[in-house]
Amino acid sequence: MSAQPKLAWQEVHKRFEGAPVLDGLDLSVPAGRSLVIIGGSGQGKSVTLKLALGLMQPDAGRILLDGEDITGLPGPAKRRLSSRFGVLFQGAALFDSLRVWENVAFRLINADGTPRGPARERAVEAMARVRLDASVADLYPGELSGGMQKRVGLARAVVATPEILFFDEPTTGLDPITAAAINALIIEQVRRLGCTAVSITHDLASARTIGDEIVLLNAGRIVWRGGPDELDTTDDPQVRQFVDGRADGPLTRPG
Amino acid sequence: MTVSGRAVVARGNPVRILGRLVLAALRQVGAVTTFCGRGLAAAVSPPWFPAQLLRQLAAIGYFSLPVVGLTAAFTGAALALNIYTGGGRLNAEQAMPQIVALGITRELGPVLAALMLAGRVSAAIAAEIGAMRATEQIDAMQTLSTDPFRYLVAPRLVAGVIVLPLLTAVADIIGVAGGWLVATRVLDFNPTVYTRNALNFLEPWDVGSGLVKAAAFGLIVTLMGCYHGYNAKGGARGVGRATTHAVVSASVLVFAADYLLTSMFTHA
Repeated sequence: MSAQPKLAWQEVHKRFEGAPVLDGLDLSVPAGRSLVIIGGSGQGKSVTLKLALGLMQPDAGRILLDGEDITGLPGPAKRRLSSRFGVLFQGAALFDSLRVWENVAFRLINADGTPRGPARERAVEAMARVRLDASVADLYPGELSGGMQKRVGLARAVVATPEILFFDEPTTGLDPITAAAINALIIEQVRRLGCTAVSITHDLASARTIGDEIVLLNAGRIVWRGGPDELDTTDDPQVRQFVDGRADGPLTRPG
Repeated sequence: MTVSGRAVVARGNPVRILGRLVLAALRQVGAVTTFCGRGLAAAVSPPWFPAQLLRQLAAIGYFSLPVVGLTAAFTGAALALNIYTGGGRLNAEQAMPQIVALGITRELGPVLAALMLAGRVSAAIAAEIGAMRATEQIDAMQTLSTDPFRYLVAPRLVAGVIVLPLLTAVADIIGVAGGWLVATRVLDFNPTVYTRNALNFLEPWDVGSGLVKAAAFGLIVTLMGCYHGYNAKGGARGVGRATTHAVVSASVLVFAADYLLTSMFTHA
């Protein structure tokens, strides 16, 4: 393991309308590892992800990428930085007005200036990697099932070979079989690209499958970190409460 | 007195309420101005998205033609009847062609076209961008290294500024034609005399000032749609609220801008 993490949150604080969401978050991800953040609703998982993506700014603290401070970058620098990231959003966040292949090729066409012909070819290749047939390329997202939309979102995330992949609740709303298929695709794509991955999820089966390491976030801080196997063996009362799904215990409940 | 009781009294203090309202209004003006500045800056510097601009020109302009045309035709016709009736009290019925032409080109053409666009386009823009905000499509766009101000906002603002003067020109022609139709078919005006009187009376600036106003209204209507949609919060309800705010604020601002611009032009 290299000494310098690929991505790190250092003493990060974030409040919304006076209420603290992140309270001195310290977290790092080594290069090439897959980190999964678990935790209850309202504990700051999505905010943690959005801060790393530059979609929000912390009130205090720093976000480091390869040791470089990426907090509060101006627009053009932020857009250059985004080209190193790939993101699969919770609801896939596909553009309704664009065809499937245009969604997958969005970055190539609009940010990289790739002509539409070659961009379509690369989009169809990326779709094939997530087991999507070329016949769906000209459909609109609204014509696809939830599982297929997630695959399109995954194809869009990996098409430009990012250094870090972010997954926001990748299996939420999917049946167990489709969720398992998405998990398998995530593992396959992360290994193929050799990239770092950061995921947030409530789905413990997904966390065990796609994570090299798992952290538990509670009240804006990391309260536990361990391997997927340790989730079931640790005596940590907070982990036990979360894994066993008990309402009473040391974990903070959302207000 | 309890703490909450004191808070109620403090909230009920008229000076404090007024102060809060003024501060909230100033914050809103500042936010809209900053948003407009970002949108216009994105419109004048690359990268541009011409395909998006063409799409907006069609959506805002071409598809608004029927509603703007119909509104102008009926307004021109009604205006002719009203002026004929009112003018009759002063024995000034013969001035009707000139007044209809002047009223349509300087005032009603641009204002009615803008109001139709406020209802049709501003609402549609706010709903579309608001839904994109609610479903994280705008976040996704940012993570795909694309500035939403360049891709979503700038093409709509530019399209509004280009299209509304064109729609106003069409509204002017159809509105004057509506007046001509009523005057010649219902009120027995001589068609040739009506046309000559209306056209000879008009000066280029009568039409030009209306078109300049229309460009400003085009910016207002699209800006309000973009601003309220972009800042929509709270899912479907938030999108609905954004749509309402877009239409109401666009309509009110069109009237306010109309007075300011008319005042500027008449004193120039």
